[in-house]
Amino acid sequence: MTSTVNPVDERAARAPEFPMARAAGCPFDPPPELRDLQQEGPLARVRLWDGSTPWLVTRYADQRALLGDPRVSADIYRPGYPRQAPMPPGGSGVSFILKDDPEHARLRRMVTAPFAIKRVEAMRPGVQKIVDDLIDEMLAGPNPVDLVEAFALPVPSLVICQLLGVPYADHDFFQDNSKVIINRDVTPEQRSTAHGNLIEYLDGLMGEKIAHPADDLLSGLAERVTAGELSRNEAAQMGVLLLIAGHETTANMIALGTLALFEHPEQLALLRDTDDRRLIDSAVEELLRYLHITHSGRRRVAVEDIEIGGEVIRAGEGLILANDIANRDPGMFPEPDRLDLRRDARRHVAFGFGVHQCLGQPLARMELQVVYGTLYRRIPTLRPAAELERIPFKHDGSVYGVYELPVTW
Amino acid sequence: MKVTVDQDRCVASGQCVVAAMEVFDQRDEDGIVVLLNPEPTAEQAEDVRHAAAVCPALAIEIQD
Repeated sequence: MTSTVNPVDERAARAPEFPMARAAGCPFDPPPELRDLQQEGPLARVRLWDGSTPWLVTRYADQRALLGDPRVSADIYRPGYPRQAPMPPGGSGVSFILKDDPEHARLRRMVTAPFAIKRVEAMRPGVQKIVDDLIDEMLAGPNPVDLVEAFALPVPSLVICQLLGVPYADHDFFQDNSKVIINRDVTPEQRSTAHGNLIEYLDGLMGEKIAHPADDLLSGLAERVTAGELSRNEAAQMGVLLLIAGHETTANMIALGTLALFEHPEQLALLRDTDDRRLIDSAVEELLRYLHITHSGRRRVAVEDIEIGGEVIRAGEGLILANDIANRDPGMFPEPDRLDLRRDARRHVAFGFGVHQCLGQPLARMELQVVYGTLYRRIPTLRPAAELERIPFKHDGSVYGVYELPVTW
Repeated sequence: MKVTVDQDRCVASGQCVVAAMEVFDQRDEDGIVVLLNPEPTAEQAEDVRHAAAVCPALAIEIQD
């Protein structure tokens, strides 16, 4: 009997840690190690916080194929699922994004109607007014100002509050708790407490909506609770998911996108000088591709053996699909590291792919179209009020962005 | 070009509507795809191909 080392085991032993760090001075680019791994081959092993060594998938075509493959599960309770963090003690269940069909589809379809394209388009004038009013307030207020606090966070928070039927007056409470939940570096107990706070809050709101239904998304869920189609806890879970996802991600795209445009003045000038909807829409897609703020990888586990590029992912093995580097795959996007608002970037995977693709993407796109199409035209002299080196980036966030962006005009 | 859609697979992303609104629509109650025109014109063909390419649920099939 020979004592050759199993090449798979050997690769696991050498697996680099994930998530990886971005390079100093390149705040908009994915970690250079991801690019190296993408060039080396379709699959690599990485090491997570718990010592597990799931597969990392780096190339665009493979990611799309796997995210659309029914042999791949998003069920966080399935053995082998590559978790981002320890499961919180005494967990209160998970929302549909961490479940498989048919349960995932049953729950998701309860909240898809408000995100239909026509419904989202009907919200556009209201979003435009929110954006215009906040810009008016900014121009009348102190200069310089933190764009995150004055604009980037309020826009999507106001919009999601209106859609869900959450009082905007509570924004400090839900923003503070959301920040804890999506921070990579907090303890499981801290995350669990913050999540519990939001569940309790949404459960309270659900009670109010059951008693006094209004014309909003939470009231729609309340009706289903009353009809027995949904438990009150499931409804609260969904409310928390939509509230967090509805404001944090878009806020980060607004602030980080503005900073990226400051660093690419010729691209910023394109937006400042146009009211061409096609160019604005194209700019949104390109900024989504280029920035890719959900930088912690889509997490999955194989339920059957799957062959990718001559290698076999075994049933029960974890998969991390690093969508940020897929959006920089030169096989899909020529000169991928160049920000080019005129390119056709529509096939990016910033919202993921497959049945779990971001539910709120039509709303996020519309909000960003209004924001990018308005902010720089209304304030043509808008510019940073701090050096790039002094901007605090969310390296510790499961969603990337900036904590602050001082601006002047 | 002949188009078919699979309403069971559809996840109501609405991207087909953005790509080709003369060919695709969504149900009011849950945003699931409705096929308006199973035989798009030659002018619509490119948009329909794009719709099929960006559909996250792979719910659009095209036969030329």
